[in-house]
Amino acid sequence: MSARRTSNAIVVGAGIVGAACAEALSRDGWGVTVVDKQFASAGTTSVGMGHIVAMDDSPEQLALTELSIRLWRELAPELDARSELDRCGTLWLAEDAEQFGAVGEKQRVYAAAGIASEVLSGDDVARVEPNLRPGLAGALLVPGDSVVYPPGATLRLLELARARGAVLREGVEAIELIDRGVRCATDTLHADVVVNAAGAAAPSLTPELPIVPRKGHLAITDRYPKFCHHQLVELGYLASAHKMTTESVAFNVQPRSTGQVLIGSSRELVGWDASLNERLLGEMLDRAVELMPALRDLSIIRCWTGFRPATPDKLPLIGAWTPIDGLYVAAGHEGLGITTSLGTARLIADAVAGRASPIEAAPFSPMRVVSSAAEPGHA
Amino acid sequence: MSDARLEVLVNGKRVEVEPGTTVAAALLNVRVPSFRTSVRGDPRAPVCGMGVCYECRATIDGVAHQRACLRVVEPGMRIDTGSGR
Repeated sequence: MSARRTSNAIVVGAGIVGAACAEALSRDGWGVTVVDKQFASAGTTSVGMGHIVAMDDSPEQLALTELSIRLWRELAPELDARSELDRCGTLWLAEDAEQFGAVGEKQRVYAAAGIASEVLSGDDVARVEPNLRPGLAGALLVPGDSVVYPPGATLRLLELARARGAVLREGVEAIELIDRGVRCATDTLHADVVVNAAGAAAPSLTPELPIVPRKGHLAITDRYPKFCHHQLVELGYLASAHKMTTESVAFNVQPRSTGQVLIGSSRELVGWDASLNERLLGEMLDRAVELMPALRDLSIIRCWTGFRPATPDKLPLIGAWTPIDGLYVAAGHEGLGITTSLGTARLIADAVAGRASPIEAAPFSPMRVVSSAAEPGHA
Repeated sequence: MSDARLEVLVNGKRVEVEPGTTVAAALLNVRVPSFRTSVRGDPRAPVCGMGVCYECRATIDGVAHQRACLRVVEPGMRIDTGSGR
């Protein structure tokens, strides 16, 4: 067009991952345009829990969550009331001696990654969370974890990007990703860099991405301030999250800053069927009441479902997609997208700038899905 | 209308009300300033009076979020209003 040589970037998807990428790229001086077929935070971002959590499912996941938690801490002064940042910490609950026996190892793994934690006895747990059922074996407290309201944080990230000149175009559907550009329904946009941050819908633009919607249910209660004080997760949660079984439930309860209690979690592979599965929702709530009997007396005001963008190897797809010039992928975060949005944005900003990242970026490369498909026996 | 009044406790104060009155009506009769407080701290009071709007919630006998318009007063009932929940 003209001699203008500001490097431009297009981010497809205005969920929290796209918003974080827009924020990071605009901070590096990129001229950023964010397009979303609906509106900011319309997809998975608005239906999740907003738990910012260090997760040790794999060393790579732990590295990315640890980096992200550091970045959330740096971002905290820039967040506003809408983001509802609450540094409540996480209590990983051990129901029996066997689970409690594994807590020490979890603490060592966290410590090696620079994440502080504290082992609580059963009595300690009863003291800090009296609404849990009596007789739990103990817990691991991770005080550095926190909770945000994801749509609020997403709007704030976009606001920070827009203050540096980024443009948000809502209601603009990307149809095709082309070399250094995006063909939209109305026009074709050109840029040096394009980021596919379309979440669970990312494969509609990059069909090779093995992302599937993994449905979850959540229920939220009316306001009962001080009913619980930490994000409460059963240690068995990782097993539920890790296994790609057709369905599972796990105890995951979160205090909101409004005084509401958010209750999860379920996992299902049923395509894009968003209807409430009342049987599974019932199992999820039964599990919640089993560990927290007082929940029975609270009134639930809303239940809903959402779709986690899940990958087969449980790691997000972050980095250059080399078959298309200038294209990067930032998608497939399953249930950790709120936490890892900031780490993802950091990896993307580093990759487009040719900088080294604070953590090893290679394990997240989306190109792994192509190379593993090419290996004999993995057809 | 019966002459027999019954006594309830509104925010710890003894109040005489007509038997058969809903809690919402009883609270309006004693002119409580607010049934509850919204997330943003605004005072709330009944709108629909038929259990739909949920604006009249009060804590009754220690149970939070009871719709005052759907409950009938009982002798000795403890009704608490204006809390942040």
